[in-house]
Amino acid sequence: MWILFADLGAAYFLHYRSDRNIVRIWYLNGGLSIITMKDTVLTMRNIDKSFPGVRALRNVDFTLCEGEIHALMGENGAGKSTLIKVLTGVYSKDAGEICIKGIDKPIHIKAPQEAQKLGISTVYQEITLCPNLTVAENLFIGRTNDIFVDWKKSNSRAESILKGLGISAKPTQQLSNCSIAVQQMVAIARAIDMECKVLILDEPTSSLDEQEVAKLFTLMRELRGRGVGIIFVTHFLDQVYELCDKITVLRNGELVGEYQIKELPKVELVAKMMGKELEVLAEIQNKAQSIRDSKDIIIETQELASVSGIKPFNFTSYKGEVTGFAGLLGSGRSECVRAIFGADKVIKGKLRIKGENVSITSPIKAMKKGIGYLSEDRKRDGIIGDLSVRENLILALQVMKGFFRPFTNAQSQAFADEYISLLGIKTPSADTPINSLSGGNQQKVILARWLLTHPDYLILDEPTRGIDIGTKVEIQKLVLKLASEGMSITFISSEIEEMLRTCSRLIVMRDLYLVGELTGENMTQNKIMHTIAGSVS
Amino acid sequence: MSRNSNRLDTDRSKSVLKAITRHGLFIPIAFLIFLLLLNVFINPGFLIISLGRDSNGNPVLVGNIINILSNATELVILAIGMTLVTSSSRGQDISVGATVAIVGGVIMRVLCGNETQPAELHAPIIVALLLGCLAGMACGAFNGILVSKFNIQPMVATLILFTAGRSIGSMAMGGLKPKAAASFGYYGNFIPGFPIPTPILITIAVILVTIIALKKTNLGLYTRAVGINDKASSLNGLNPARIKFLTFVILGLCVGIAGFVQSSRVQTVNPYTIVPSIEMDVILAVALGGNSLGGGKFKMSGSIIGAYTIQTLTSMLTTLNVNTNAVPVFKAVIIIILVAIQSPVFKNFFGSRFSFSRLSAGSGKERG
Repeated sequence: MWILFADLGAAYFLHYRSDRNIVRIWYLNGGLSIITMKDTVLTMRNIDKSFPGVRALRNVDFTLCEGEIHALMGENGAGKSTLIKVLTGVYSKDAGEICIKGIDKPIHIKAPQEAQKLGISTVYQEITLCPNLTVAENLFIGRTNDIFVDWKKSNSRAESILKGLGISAKPTQQLSNCSIAVQQMVAIARAIDMECKVLILDEPTSSLDEQEVAKLFTLMRELRGRGVGIIFVTHFLDQVYELCDKITVLRNGELVGEYQIKELPKVELVAKMMGKELEVLAEIQNKAQSIRDSKDIIIETQELASVSGIKPFNFTSYKGEVTGFAGLLGSGRSECVRAIFGADKVIKGKLRIKGENVSITSPIKAMKKGIGYLSEDRKRDGIIGDLSVRENLILALQVMKGFFRPFTNAQSQAFADEYISLLGIKTPSADTPINSLSGGNQQKVILARWLLTHPDYLILDEPTRGIDIGTKVEIQKLVLKLASEGMSITFISSEIEEMLRTCSRLIVMRDLYLVGELTGENMTQNKIMHTIAGSVS
Repeated sequence: MSRNSNRLDTDRSKSVLKAITRHGLFIPIAFLIFLLLLNVFINPGFLIISLGRDSNGNPVLVGNIINILSNATELVILAIGMTLVTSSSRGQDISVGATVAIVGGVIMRVLCGNETQPAELHAPIIVALLLGCLAGMACGAFNGILVSKFNIQPMVATLILFTAGRSIGSMAMGGLKPKAAASFGYYGNFIPGFPIPTPILITIAVILVTIIALKKTNLGLYTRAVGINDKASSLNGLNPARIKFLTFVILGLCVGIAGFVQSSRVQTVNPYTIVPSIEMDVILAVALGGNSLGGGKFKMSGSIIGAYTIQTLTSMLTTLNVNTNAVPVFKAVIIIILVAIQSPVFKNFFGSRFSFSRLSAGSGKERG
């Protein structure tokens, strides 16, 4: 809100702080005084949210002002999406309060529709509009209960909205004929038109090309000018620095801090996102442990590229060595290993296993060549939810053995018993469905699944995500032990510290390019972060 | 002391009761038993099986139970295939009735050629059976390709043969309505001199083969894995598309056998009226067996029990002289009750009421 008044008297400086409003007065000497009243439009205080076995948010505060673009940053599992879902009513919070401008009492949002009525709109990465309706229909559908709609009037209203926001789409055009960026903007226009005070953009740019991103940013700046508070979730650092006013960083469900964009250089942001956990890990010695002692190459890629968009990369892994892929989310860490495993279709380049040229077109071929891959998203790509621990455990080996040669009950039970005690998997029995286990134990079962296949080269993609510290340490120790026994391992983690402890060589990825390789003394937090951020130190 | 041990006993019996009621097959089996008891109540001689003679003087077993077991053959065989399709593809094949018509048409054409009432069979029956199964598997493969390769929803994909199948069956017979020689009828009725209806023997054989296949191959594991999480399955080296395709072909084989039995019953096929809306009964059998129609885990025994339940229900309504046109209404009412009882909503409601009443009764010792 802008308030303008004339003042011919002495200099004033007023800093007024009310319960929810911060008022700052800029003073122009002897002339017009302009008072900028930047209201906070949204305050979230002491938000707690737990899921069974996981505390997703702990005492998180978040403040959003009118007319600002506020980046919400954090690695996977940091709690960004949980916070947003609490705000939009998808989840209900366990504790804490949410206040929004214009309402005196703390609000309780129970459903997404309620959030919308309160002026909190969300635009998700996937377009949630109806592609087979026209742009105008998409703008207005579901907002009135009238049975008869004057589409002529709606169309002309839609036209003025679109024009006002500079969106190049016709109201009568079918939405699916528009580009993704325009669809995204129509979604935003719809949100704005519903008197929105808070606009949440969840990874809006990840499916857009550069020009489209530029268009979107113009729109976002326009909205900022109109006083809308925008929460911008992204993992593209450059975009944050191009556009945002403030950054709030979360890590492991806790607030790291809120920063003005100018106060926080990129490298520091990366450091804050990744964190420096001070775990006591006396048993794991301090410096890279798995110094390779052999020159036997297990895996070698030459200009390998896959349909995932990863740029051709060269990578070598030796016997008994632990390598790591560092980089932010979406930088292409997983895509590299998926290409090696045949999970994404390879379109270019060569892969050599133990010096022999192989063409891997599907995971089963990779498995038969001695590659194991523990996938990044345990829930989506790892566990087979309703199947028992035992069935989950033997699955990979069973598939390798073949359709007509199932393990007998005794055999599979023996495997299950062996690995349940070896890895200390806490489960009532081997027949328990895996989805009733805690995250850490699920992960151990999946790990056991791959250990059972006795791979020469084991890829562990985020094996420690979302599991408790104790299990994390166990897994790291296991990795080192396996490497010392001669297995070649790739260990990918969002937590740099973990990789520093376990890996002898780090591959650094940025925006789908392999940008560097760090070994020995160069493997320091600082170096890695500078390489990730792309700046020279 | 004695009070304590009494309480222990009741606790133990309670937990046994709980274990029984929690068992996945509790409701299907309980309902089947309930239906049988109801039948006994209506007709005290319901369970009696006697040895009679047919028109040719051969010994045959006679009785309501025998009729139900024999008449349920097609339903049981199709339910076995449908269970696998449901599990892997998270959808159902609604074309089974129409493909039975195709199979029947093929078999009739093979046995009768272009004659309407040939004195003897034109080909050995084994050839007719094999070609019938082949036709069924071809239809299954067609559906399977649409579902697995083109990612069409199973119901939509199978709608094609559902619509066209019966006409194709008629075309297969060259537009004629032939009747095969009596020796073809052994497979849908009795083999002369052997008192047990042949369809029952065929059912037993199919169930045995199914048990062996589930034990000696990874069919069950792969189907469930793909149905529960196809992304994770493919990262474990499975080929989800191939497994979905396989289940459709297996269902096609089941259709082939069912079509063979069905056309042998009266040695003639009217493709437009053969096994009317059996697809719905088959899908219901799968659902009644406690299987989720959303795919994933399955209980083959549940589907088989479900098939017998539906057959019992159908013949009960017939013996009660319910108007043939009204039978579907009665069936629908009973089935909707059964399915609702098995739904999680009902179970949760029931479960919470149960524990609530226990709490308020003051025992409040343990909850679940």
